[in-house]
Amino acid sequence: MRARQAVGDLAARYRRPPGAPRAVAYLYILPALAVYALFLLFPLGQTVWLSLLHWDGLSAASWAGLENYRDLLTDPALRAPFGHALVLLLFYAGLPVVLGLLLAAVLTRFRVRGMTFFRTVFFLPQVLAMVVVGVTWRSILAPDGLLNDLLRAVGADSLTRSWLGDPTWALPSVGVVGTWVMTGLCVVLFLAGVQRIPRELYEAARVDGAGAVREFRTVTLPGLRGETAVALTLTIVAGLRNFDLIYITTSGGPGNATSVPAYEVYRRAFEINSAGSAAAMGVGLTVLIFTLTVVVARLVEGRKS
Amino acid sequence: MRFRRARSRASRRPTTVLLALAVALLGSACVPGTDGSGMGTGANGTATAVPDPAKAGEVTLRVWDQEVRGGQNAEIKRLNREFEEKYPNVTIKRVSRSFSDLKTTLKLALSGNDPPDVVQANQGYADMVAFAKAGLLTPLDNYAGLYGWNTRYPKTLLDLNRVSADGERFGTGRLYGISQAGEYVGVYYNRQVLREAGVEPPRTWKDFTRSLGELKDAGELPVQFGNLDKYPAIHTFGVLQSQAGSAEDIRDTVLGRGGGFEDAPTREAARTLADWVERGYLPQGANGRGYDDAAKKFAGGDGAYLVTGTWQLADLKRTMGDKLGFMPPPPAKAGDPLKTTGGQGLAWSVTSRSDHPDVAAAYLDFLTGPHASEVMTQEGVLPVVPGKAADRLPEGSAEARMVEGWERLSADDGLVPYLDYATPTYYDTLSADLQNLIEGGLPPDRLAQRMQSAYAEFRDQRSGEGAQ
Repeated sequence: MRARQAVGDLAARYRRPPGAPRAVAYLYILPALAVYALFLLFPLGQTVWLSLLHWDGLSAASWAGLENYRDLLTDPALRAPFGHALVLLLFYAGLPVVLGLLLAAVLTRFRVRGMTFFRTVFFLPQVLAMVVVGVTWRSILAPDGLLNDLLRAVGADSLTRSWLGDPTWALPSVGVVGTWVMTGLCVVLFLAGVQRIPRELYEAARVDGAGAVREFRTVTLPGLRGETAVALTLTIVAGLRNFDLIYITTSGGPGNATSVPAYEVYRRAFEINSAGSAAAMGVGLTVLIFTLTVVVARLVEGRKS
Repeated sequence: MRFRRARSRASRRPTTVLLALAVALLGSACVPGTDGSGMGTGANGTATAVPDPAKAGEVTLRVWDQEVRGGQNAEIKRLNREFEEKYPNVTIKRVSRSFSDLKTTLKLALSGNDPPDVVQANQGYADMVAFAKAGLLTPLDNYAGLYGWNTRYPKTLLDLNRVSADGERFGTGRLYGISQAGEYVGVYYNRQVLREAGVEPPRTWKDFTRSLGELKDAGELPVQFGNLDKYPAIHTFGVLQSQAGSAEDIRDTVLGRGGGFEDAPTREAARTLADWVERGYLPQGANGRGYDDAAKKFAGGDGAYLVTGTWQLADLKRTMGDKLGFMPPPPAKAGDPLKTTGGQGLAWSVTSRSDHPDVAAAYLDFLTGPHASEVMTQEGVLPVVPGKAADRLPEGSAEARMVEGWERLSADDGLVPYLDYATPTYYDTLSADLQNLIEGGLPPDRLAQRMQSAYAEFRDQRSGEGAQ
């Protein structure tokens, strides 16, 4: 009898929702919070602090107030990288998501033999280190690289150009590399998501006489809403903090046609000794990423506060 | 129900985030650079006689350098071993990283509590001047006197490692380092391509420019060039500018005491470069071709000339063998003084917090002495003061021409420092402008104007700071 009651007590104790009372909940998150605060919140605070100073990284810093931020808004040389980053988002986030959705829809509608093979092929660019991707594309896009050779082979000589050296084409060229890398991630995400959509919905749509397009719009697209939000968030973040690809392919050139905020932060902090301005740019980039991810969460995923 | 709770909590999150930020901000709020951690004494070395490392007891000398390429790496390794054999009580702990890696980590290491004893610092405002100003390096004037560096070295080169006492300018003032290797931008040529086009290796600058047209007519690419990495154009432009002007004037301007950049030689150099692009003397789409790719193509027979630094010689020689020819940019008239862009390798400096400045100075002297020159020559590296081994190089070979050219340039005082020494941001602005010039987006006459305005702005800023 007594043993039975003890078991009952124990069960009652565990019947409480996890994390109640409140104090226990904080205990649970404490270890993670400590690590998070030490390695993320503290450096973030330090960056914000640095952004309010003029500092060369070595000698004594002087107070700058909001001057670094004012420069960020008024100096065209500092604003341009943000403009380039937004253009790159089209290639890093927009195109891959659209292509990913289309490919996922097509691949599920038609039975494709060797699906695993194609999934692997699509995902491969994600596995490669960005440095490897950069070096490879740099040689593909060279004046006598693979792309121009291909164009010449089909007689399109007039289209050949120095892709990374042409001020108009350098940014889109780098962008296409991003599309190549990111599309695979989107396809794999969407393929997994499509399998989660109940078959009945497709059958119902078909019974109602929906064609491929209608089916895509009324079943697949709404069903993939969560995945789309995840894909957009991941690709937007990847696009905005893009550093390695730029560093390896163009170093921000020709002129400053492909300089992006993340590259600019590195350059200012380590090459021209303006730690304050670099920190301000880093904070600006953080705010931009934060805003865009919140917007995506609200609009696409449909989260509301 | 669970969802609702999650939401209500979410609405409180921004406050939490702000709170966390505020805490983090408070925790990190101290003015960097004022805690005295980075400040050395800045005092001159205290030695009064040539230091004897053998009497220093057990010493571990920590050395950070960037000599990672074939010949340079081999030469440093050999010299380190010999130094350790000479002084068995000294152990050298060497860390070598590539130039750009060293550049980014050095600043952090130097301002830390336990910096290396000997480091290689890049000349210019962004590195050496900033380090000296922050008191992170030991002035070496005392050692220079004891070891006789002032007489061993060409003054022009030693001056590049000097920073003024107020840390405002370089090229004058206290000595903060000593360089081991020399380098200059010269003209490589492919003997076979020239012979097939019926062109003699030029003896004067006019010969050289005329041969470009002849080579073009013969269906050859006159000058191989790749500028995707942005910096190569600075070297090419530097050669053109020094040909059009006087080495001394440009040098004075770069070191902040000359007449500025808006002058005839700069404009002429810009026009020449644009003209070369227009006439097809440089490859099309050069801004999209890598520096290493261009060198590889030149080695493979694509291009008659390659205008770049002596640091490429060992690699080109390995692939091209005797087909490779080299010369300093030829003078206006045969026998005239030579002039070109060039200087010396990174300076070897002693940090101000080193516990063994005397041993470090002895190491610097050893690395740059006559014996080191021999070792460097054997490994295919150009020493600042070429030793006797240079005389044994095969007559007329590319290596021999390189060393001869260096000695003539030193004697003629014809070395013009890299233009990007002029201001901390010059590397970026000038390389970007040159890319635009080559692509046709920037009219040649605007270049001089833009160079001058960036230069003048920096000089104003400097003198403003100095006056405070």
